[in-house]
Amino acid sequence: MAKGDPGVTSRGRRAAPRSKRAAAAGEPELVQLLTPDGERIESALGPDGTEYRVDFTDEEYRGLYRDLVLVRKLDAEATALQRQGELGLWASLLGQEAAQVGSGRALRTQDMAFPTYREHGVLYCRGIDPIMPLGLFRGVDQGGWDPNEFKFNMYTIVIGAQTLHATGYAMGVAMDGKTGSDDGEAVIAYFGDGATSQGDVNEAFVWASVFNAPLVFFCQNNQYAISEPLERQTRVPLYRRAGGFGFPGVRVDGNDVLASYAVTRHALDTARHGQGPSLIEAYTYRMGAHTTSDDPTRYRIASEVEAWRAKDPIARMKAFLTKQQIADESFFTEIDEQAKAESVHLRERVLAMPNPEPVTMFDHVYPNGSPELDEQRAQFTKYMESFEGSAH
Amino acid sequence: MSRIKEFNLPDLGEGLTEGEILAWLVKVGDVIELNQPIVEVETAKAAVEIPAKWAGQVQAIFHPEGATVEVGTPIIAIDTDPGAGPIEESTTAGLPTPSAASLAAVEIAPEEGMVEPGLIGGAAPGGRTAVLVGYGPRNAPAKRRPRKGVVPTQAAAAPVQAAPVPAPVSPAPVVNGTGRAGGPVLAKPPVRKLAKDLGVDLAALAGSGPLGSITREDVQRAASAPAAAEPLTVAAPAAANFGADREQRIPVKGVRKLTAENMSRSAFTAPHVTEFLTVDVTRAMKALDRLRERREWRDVRVSPLLLVAKAVLLAVKRHPMVNSTWAGDEIVVKDYVNLGIAAATERGLIVPNIKDAGRLSLRELADALTALVQTAKAGRTSPADMSGGTLTITNVGVFGVDTGTPILPPGESAILAFGAVRELPWVHKGKVKPRLVTTLGLSFDHRIIDGELGSKFLRDIGDFLADPEAALLAWT
Repeated sequence: MAKGDPGVTSRGRRAAPRSKRAAAAGEPELVQLLTPDGERIESALGPDGTEYRVDFTDEEYRGLYRDLVLVRKLDAEATALQRQGELGLWASLLGQEAAQVGSGRALRTQDMAFPTYREHGVLYCRGIDPIMPLGLFRGVDQGGWDPNEFKFNMYTIVIGAQTLHATGYAMGVAMDGKTGSDDGEAVIAYFGDGATSQGDVNEAFVWASVFNAPLVFFCQNNQYAISEPLERQTRVPLYRRAGGFGFPGVRVDGNDVLASYAVTRHALDTARHGQGPSLIEAYTYRMGAHTTSDDPTRYRIASEVEAWRAKDPIARMKAFLTKQQIADESFFTEIDEQAKAESVHLRERVLAMPNPEPVTMFDHVYPNGSPELDEQRAQFTKYMESFEGSAH
Repeated sequence: MSRIKEFNLPDLGEGLTEGEILAWLVKVGDVIELNQPIVEVETAKAAVEIPAKWAGQVQAIFHPEGATVEVGTPIIAIDTDPGAGPIEESTTAGLPTPSAASLAAVEIAPEEGMVEPGLIGGAAPGGRTAVLVGYGPRNAPAKRRPRKGVVPTQAAAAPVQAAPVPAPVSPAPVVNGTGRAGGPVLAKPPVRKLAKDLGVDLAALAGSGPLGSITREDVQRAASAPAAAEPLTVAAPAAANFGADREQRIPVKGVRKLTAENMSRSAFTAPHVTEFLTVDVTRAMKALDRLRERREWRDVRVSPLLLVAKAVLLAVKRHPMVNSTWAGDEIVVKDYVNLGIAAATERGLIVPNIKDAGRLSLRELADALTALVQTAKAGRTSPADMSGGTLTITNVGVFGVDTGTPILPPGESAILAFGAVRELPWVHKGKVKPRLVTTLGLSFDHRIIDGELGSKFLRDIGDFLADPEAALLAWT
């Protein structure tokens, strides 16, 4: 979708006024194009004077809404499946749909993404079947999509490690001479606010900066590193960290799918043109638990959650579509029905996932096998056969 | 597939084994939708709502609010097709008790007679070995592997083995591997490796682990078991163990290793002193005989060790300082006596203790001693039984020796060796007479206990054993 390149970027003057609304709220500069009430803001300026705006067709607006709703519904289904014992674990993206759909839709086909374990929305935008990560969380496979086919790397559980992978990959893209034009390649690395305290992420900043890697650091600041609040991660707004490393940083309203799209599209284009890395801090909130093993009521207060509920990314999009008469109730109903059908379909497929043969764990260790591994496989096969009446 | 489906409590966190039912959000008869919240469960990690796995009508709720439920246990039954009329006989067969299939699915053997009152239908599964730390119930009935309940058939098959000794400790290879009726030997791969390294035949062991699986301890026990478990023709098998150089190398493992570590640590950290006292116990032995003759003591095992234990406990009351621990910069004196009894078992030396033995009556002490010895002989002494000892008796007399210089169990300050009771010439009332005599050896930690205190303590034990009745009258 959104092939019409609405991610228009043009350099404005530094003196241009920022979004009044954000300033009035006493929050740091926040690029916002759609308010929580569903009011459109024509354009917004970033801290370096970049002007962000989008110009979507009605169909594209409706498409974004559909993405948001579907991603949320599928995520909720996965959470339910975990509660019902069908998944071992699930990391819900509830509340972060706009940051993920906005940035995910901003990617061009050739761009490469490096996710954490929560980027179900980006995964969806990359065209990967949502069943794919569920195999990983059900423990029946390694979450095996082909990263090269979909330009979407494997989920990375290790906090922040993927930023280094992405940096190396992006440096390789530059060395291959694939940057410097409108069709250039860019790379995006996802991580959270907690990861900014990791050495990996800071090393990635250094390397990406000094090698001018075509990389977008996309930080979803959901306010909590599991239970640790943001004030235990940083004394300055996270996007300002970029300045110290020598590349631009911007904070965007992560619950605003339009602004997330515009800011990411601009940063990607900067990268693909060989202009180096940038940091996007998508200011958002994790409405659910860190994972299904977590109980957020133990470390945050209900009023805070309620305040963020008022900034819900889907509600504001729905309000906007309604006010602008881009969509009506029948459309919303249709989307809800579609989401429900897809989630039921997802559930059925999860329940039907076969348990892998234990011996398949040897299958993808080496591309061409190894004598030692073959021996281990043979031994293990023999061991499994020692079980009487075993179907293994 | 049955239209009645049971929902087993899944592992809601990662590796959790149980959860507490906080609140039921539905009741029997309610019609519910897929993913409708049905119950709040609190685990060690979080309190969460569980959404219904199926749409339908609540048929039964197996656990009340406040109950702690093991992972894998059915908590609710849902009729997934309530519109299809009354439930047929066949589908209700297993209800409202959790069905056998659901129990099999979590590989838990149901325990008979375990009825929790106040529940619908009541029966709860004997879920103390929830092996399913994985991810939820399976859709298909689980493959049946040998379960705990199957183990007895191994015992039944024991006659085919050469020696009808208690199976857990027999290191002798059993040639007839097919003696196991239930199927394969259950043991984790590292345990199999260990058994291979130690030359232990897994098929000859009865497992003490979950589902009758063989544990590391079982293997080590078998490997370190003395030759007593082998056929009585001692010479031949012993010779077989020696190599060409006529030396045998025995891996230091299990109880032997633990014993060695404890003894070395204690011997080289606590400065021991040992004192001896030889006592005429003829009166005490007669007192024991009179005790045995009493009707209410008829079924009680009365041994000289009982009197020694009583003597120690009474003497501790008079000298509490001996019941203490050296803790570096302070001395911890205990008001309770967890009386350790060193026991030679087929696993090796173990020292289980009788908790708070000072509070027990003589009868209770006798029962506790009997239970302790029987448990130790059966190899069922738990780690809890062996921890927390404060003062120990080692009954070396049973081996026919007079006394010894025992080494303190770590953390204790005194240990009494009780030697053999022999009939010896003894000066009694001015004449040499044959009397029953024993020698006591008391080792104590000289950091805490000076010679005077140690001597008085030993003297009191001796006085009691010389004339229990008088000591009792004088001291209590």
